[in-house]
Amino acid sequence: MSIKTHLEILPGSLRIVLGAGFVALALFPFVATDFYAQMVARMMILGIFAMSVDLLLGVTGLVSLGHAAYFGIAGYALAFLSPQDGPVNLWWSLPAAVGASALAALVIGFFVVRTKGIYFIMVTMAFAQMVYYLFFDNKALGGSDGIYINFKPDAVAFDLGNKLAFYYFTLAMLLAVYVFLRRLLFSPFGRVLAGIRVNEHRMRALGYGTFGYKLAAFTLAGALAGLAGYLGAAQTGFVNPELMGFHMSAHAIMMVILGGMGNFAGAIVGAFTFEWLLHFFQDLPQIGSFNAGKHWQLWIGLFIVLVVTFASRGLLGVAARLVTRKDSAQGSAE
Amino acid sequence: MSDVLLAASNLTKRFGGLAAVDDVSIDLQLGRIHAVIGPNGAGKSTLTNLLSGDLPPTRGRVMLNGADATGRNPEQLSRAGLGRSYQKTNIFLPFTVWENVRLAAQSREPHLLAWLKLANNFRSINENAERAIELAGLAQRRNAVAGTISHGEQRQLEIAMTLATAPRVLLLDEPLAGMGSAEAERMVQLLLKIKPGHAIMLVEHDMDAVFALADRLTVMVNGKVIASGTPVDIRADAGVQAAYLGETAYE
Amino acid sequence: MDFPTFLIQLLNSVQYGLLLFMLAAGLTLIFGIMGVVNLAHGSFYMLGAYLAWWLAGLSGSFTVAVIGGAVLSIAFGLVLERVLFRHFYDRDHLDQVLLTFGLIYIFEETRSIMWGDDVHGVTVPDVLSASIPLTDTMSYPVYRLFMSAVCIALALGLYFLISKTRLGMKIRAGAFNRDMAEALGVNIKLIHAVVFAIGVTLAMVAGMIASPVSSVYPNMGSQVLIMCFVVVVIGGIGSVRGALIAALLVGFVDTFGKVLAPNIAGMLVYMLMAAVLLFKPEGLFRQ
Repeated sequence: MSIKTHLEILPGSLRIVLGAGFVALALFPFVATDFYAQMVARMMILGIFAMSVDLLLGVTGLVSLGHAAYFGIAGYALAFLSPQDGPVNLWWSLPAAVGASALAALVIGFFVVRTKGIYFIMVTMAFAQMVYYLFFDNKALGGSDGIYINFKPDAVAFDLGNKLAFYYFTLAMLLAVYVFLRRLLFSPFGRVLAGIRVNEHRMRALGYGTFGYKLAAFTLAGALAGLAGYLGAAQTGFVNPELMGFHMSAHAIMMVILGGMGNFAGAIVGAFTFEWLLHFFQDLPQIGSFNAGKHWQLWIGLFIVLVVTFASRGLLGVAARLVTRKDSAQGSAE
Repeated sequence: MSDVLLAASNLTKRFGGLAAVDDVSIDLQLGRIHAVIGPNGAGKSTLTNLLSGDLPPTRGRVMLNGADATGRNPEQLSRAGLGRSYQKTNIFLPFTVWENVRLAAQSREPHLLAWLKLANNFRSINENAERAIELAGLAQRRNAVAGTISHGEQRQLEIAMTLATAPRVLLLDEPLAGMGSAEAERMVQLLLKIKPGHAIMLVEHDMDAVFALADRLTVMVNGKVIASGTPVDIRADAGVQAAYLGETAYE
Repeated sequence: MDFPTFLIQLLNSVQYGLLLFMLAAGLTLIFGIMGVVNLAHGSFYMLGAYLAWWLAGLSGSFTVAVIGGAVLSIAFGLVLERVLFRHFYDRDHLDQVLLTFGLIYIFEETRSIMWGDDVHGVTVPDVLSASIPLTDTMSYPVYRLFMSAVCIALALGLYFLISKTRLGMKIRAGAFNRDMAEALGVNIKLIHAVVFAIGVTLAMVAGMIASPVSSVYPNMGSQVLIMCFVVVVIGGIGSVRGALIAALLVGFVDTFGKVLAPNIAGMLVYMLMAAVLLFKPEGLFRQ
């Protein structure tokens, strides 16, 4: 990773804007139709997934092209734990699913974290594809068709089948993960991860066991991706191997880049923006005999190429520069 | 007789057919500065890398605090009380001076599971970092971003970080490199100040500093030790004069 | 298993391995010399296959299609390097990953727009359509032997180019120390363009000659990309020799795995990779 200056501390005015954003999210279901509320709920779920990628990428500097595997595994765990004829209890199936993702991340991480640079990128991709094929090739695990989840998990105290309840539960999870990760970022553990990103060699020379720290970050990020995956599966009622492919992982990386790396708020902004863009491109009309919406991948591909070529600090970086009017080479403290 | 904290015997490092370090032995004693000098390409950097664990030796042994430390990696050596500063400044450029040193100090007290506590709130870590920053003379600059301070200040930061890990053995790789005379003088004073509690190896080209600081001198040429002794003896050694000090007379 | 079956599987595994080698060699060269990671490498394979199908349809001859396709591949590689990749040699891997991921989408959709999403077959030229009988009931297609022969010929050509020619020497010099090589008068920009074009062409030609056997279908790029990455990881980045050995190893494990242990066959290659990583995180033949 190059020494890209990361926006860790958000300027005050930006914080106010983000706070307003959270309030807007809280009020959204009252002004929007069910369809849009569901869409925003999905964006929030992707926001959690993107934050987990940001922990690896933006904070620790690990480019994992296989993070979607942990998103998918928790979804599949929910599917396996859900009986055909009734709902499964949320309060133990959620930790169990997250635990499954964390365990997978720990095991795969053990092999993968010992590699560096481009090898790391390649092997994370390869192991994720291994998980993909594991599910794709085995009918017992659902095969290429996937598995249906017939009932939303039972929260006992409230009904997740109610769209409003699901929306607010997801919003609560989003907020909880954000607050947790922001706190973690400035904890001793978080500072070590940032140090590893900036100069891992010096961290080792200072006596830090960087393998252990990276593995811990990898596992934690896997667990958080699992949380998102559980919610995603609960929302759609369906899991299939595509959830775990490298396209999903690459999208998540794109979200983090788009919004701005290293502060978790950017991940949320990026997730919302990218997901909105996907819908926008997919809904493009027919122009003459050319079905522009069908070829949405072309537009998103061009968009990705343009963003990478011209705007590597992301939306929050641009916004921060406009807002603070300070020199953009800021690090982690004023 | 001072304690010998680090004893390297018959260290050899071969790259293919070339021996960059050839049968070198060196002792570091508590409260003493042992300087290593020699022309460029003499193998001083390689020797430093061998002692710091950045390179494994082809042959030879390293004893640290009486225990065998041959072939250990930098992580392990740092935890065993060895600190190394780098010739090419090896700091955390986007972090502030304070954070650089604090992070170094934190390595001694990881507080791994304190995920919800702010890193800046640990008193003993802060005290150690504060002390190291004071010693290195960087107290005024604690809030500056490391990438924006002057080269000399970065060298001071380099030392501060190494000191913050509370090592007993110090390997200093050209700490005065690129410094003006005022900064160099300050660094010399710093090294004299910390000498009592540490066993120091100093690789340096600045001969004034070397003769001001060194209790022992080892001269390396082409990977081998050609002379080792007190500064007075080395100064008088004809072989050394021919090989090395003679060159510097022209500088 | 009896000997004829074993022989067939062995020949299959060699043929698959050699094909993977053609792809992996290009990928490892481009990475080893220019430091660029290219996720779109599998797309080249897919584009080569579709190109061969299209040209064969136009010209009526598979041979013409492959030769014409190879020429077009070289041109395509040179243009792509000049217009896009050249500007990413000094960017970090993250940027390269995202750029080439975007390219995957662009290539897939361009192919979809130009040639549609259907699966196509490509017919083998008559002269290569025979089969060599091994027993009363089993025979081995000549075309598969031809594929292996082409791959071997290209592998030898690559070896000869890199080890024995002046161009190869300049390539190796540029890989070792770009600035020094430039100071010594090596035209680094040209070298990079040539290496990139070679990599692209190897991948596209692999797709072309594989098309009669594997058919031509939309997802063929991503499947082969992963295998290619596994081969490069096992072999060691930058090492063409490592890519060859790793490719043959992967071909062997995958082919015999499918026959002997079909339930875990898909995972065997990754387990092999995991085993290598435990002891050699930088591959078997790290440069």
